[in-house]
Amino acid sequence: MLGQVVTATTAAEQFALRRRSPVQRVQHVLHSYPAISPFLVLVISFAVFTMINPRFAQPNSLSLVLQQVAVIGALAVGQTLIILTAGIDLSVGAVTILAMMLSAKLAEGNGLPGILAVLVGIALGVAAGALNGTLVTRIGLPPFIVTLGTLSVFTAIGLLYTRGQSVQAVDLPALLNWTGETFAVGRFRITAGVVLVAVLYVVVGFALANTAWGRHVYAVGDDKEAARLAGIRVDRVLVSVYVIAGAIYGLTAWILIGRAGAASPNAITDANLESITAVVIGGTSLFGGRGAVLGTLLGALIVGFFRSGLSLAGVDDQYRVLAVGLLVLVAVAVDQWIRRVRA
Amino acid sequence: MNTSMTPVLSARGLVKTFGRVVGLDGVDIDLFPGEVLAVIGDNGAGKSTLIKCLTGALVPDAGSMSLDGQPVQFKRPQDAREAGIETVYQTLAVAPALDIASNLYLGRERLRPGPLGSVLRMLDKKGMRRDASQALADLGIGTLQNMAQPVETLSGGQRQAVAVARAAAFGSKVIVLDEPTAALGVRESNQVLKMIGEVRSRGLPVILISHNMPHVFEVADRIHIQRLGRCGGLITPQSHTMSEAVAIMTGATTLDETPGRVGGGA
Ligand SMILES: Nc1ncnc2c1ncn2[C@@H]1O[C@H](COP(=O)(O)OP(=O)(O)OP(=O)(O)O)[C@@H](O)[C@H]1O
Ligand SMILES: [Mg+2]
Repeated sequence: MLGQVVTATTAAEQFALRRRSPVQRVQHVLHSYPAISPFLVLVISFAVFTMINPRFAQPNSLSLVLQQVAVIGALAVGQTLIILTAGIDLSVGAVTILAMMLSAKLAEGNGLPGILAVLVGIALGVAAGALNGTLVTRIGLPPFIVTLGTLSVFTAIGLLYTRGQSVQAVDLPALLNWTGETFAVGRFRITAGVVLVAVLYVVVGFALANTAWGRHVYAVGDDKEAARLAGIRVDRVLVSVYVIAGAIYGLTAWILIGRAGAASPNAITDANLESITAVVIGGTSLFGGRGAVLGTLLGALIVGFFRSGLSLAGVDDQYRVLAVGLLVLVAVAVDQWIRRVRA
Repeated sequence: MNTSMTPVLSARGLVKTFGRVVGLDGVDIDLFPGEVLAVIGDNGAGKSTLIKCLTGALVPDAGSMSLDGQPVQFKRPQDAREAGIETVYQTLAVAPALDIASNLYLGRERLRPGPLGSVLRMLDKKGMRRDASQALADLGIGTLQNMAQPVETLSGGQRQAVAVARAAAFGSKVIVLDEPTAALGVRESNQVLKMIGEVRSRGLPVILISHNMPHVFEVADRIHIQRLGRCGGLITPQSHTMSEAVAIMTGATTLDETPGRVGGGA
């Protein structure tokens, strides 16, 4: 009897293998390696934009893309962590601006030393993340609502605190502007901020892929109740994610000062949507549990390529908005499709 | 069953309510060393609620519990896990996007030896995959080869096997299975029954919830009949027939009216 059973299984397995069409194979590969589709989009857009205007591929314009992408790319790391837990963070921009304005105001005109100002900015991000995380876990409100609320709260506090006024780079200690400093790498011009962002990706990517904490982030985003029953402290994981995301926003505030050459309460108004866009184009699922920061990096670069490529092609900037919007829709549709994969 | 033995797991007067719904209305249960205790009952009789209270997934409103004679209180599932109680919940509690090995080790991941583990907190993925594969092989599951395969790509039976293998691999005191064969075909069900036998032969007591009377009567040493949130009777496969068990379970009769054969009962 056992023999019969085993044969039947093997036959069934062979049947399953034989039935797999080329489309299903693609679905399977994408399911195992979700970063493939954004990677292909990146490569293709690079080729197309270079064909339209060869200046696109020159080191100086690519260097500019990197510098432009750095801030949103950094924020998108935090956003990725939160989206992996099936959450969403609408307060990204507000927290970053508040952290930036706080450290700039405190450091303005020989106030706080630069290093302390940076740390204060990160601490503010941590506090904001702890607030978001606590509201999500303790009160059990949906992340969308919590961060919609804290978005307004932090924006208002930022404007009230600064009375809408900017702080110029000349009034700031050198360390705060350091992230904007450029140096040459071959024929590329890289800023210290870009290097910081690269380090951020490596560290968070490593933690997600190779530590127990990373496993727990995925498990919680996948199925909260299953994770709880499997013995994971779900609330702790969630709070840790919001706190780490907040710390990343605080660090990004520093990168933003260097990039903008000033601290202005009206900077990065589109940070929320742009960071979510990078995450989604990068193949991370809005339903949680699926994705990686590598995809987000590719997503952020794709948006940067479209901005640079279309402007070098002499196309109206609205076409970039249009193209990115379409990419988001396609990315979400692909995600839905690959989620339906079955053995 | 030798009643002078100390139960491994014991609970008295468990009460659990959900608002106005009464899930458990004062339930006593004892699990003795090396036995398979089946829990049967209609839908909504409180079987899952009972084992959730025993395993820390729910905190009972009232009642007491002891493990090896020592009073215990489980506030969350990992308290019970740390005490050696492993559970396959009715919902399986696996993370679909994570692979088989990650699911087996979820919540108790193993770190790499040396500074890679102690400083960088790096997971020992290779070791976990190797041992996961061994754990599945120990339970006679040969069809799962690739431990890096995401659980969502597995069939229902294979998922069940992963959940059961996790419980069997880590349970050191008690294993609790809530309808482990509910969605399974004949072959997979038999495999799970075989697993239960293997677990028992390691000396671990098992609590098995099932609607499948032939399975229950095949593997159980004693049968706890759960009815309307209470214990409707404690029988054995020797003392009562399947139809008597079903009659008690559905309220067509009571244990007092159907005491069963002499020497039966609990
Ligand atoms: N989280 C909950 N919230 C509200 N009511 C609940 C909850 N969990 C269980 N109940 C109720 O408690 C009672 C017992 O449910 P339980 O899940 O223990 O039944 P069961 O015996 O496991 O049934 P089944 O055979 O269908 O699995 C039911 O009336 C159910 O509706
Ligand atoms: Mg149940």
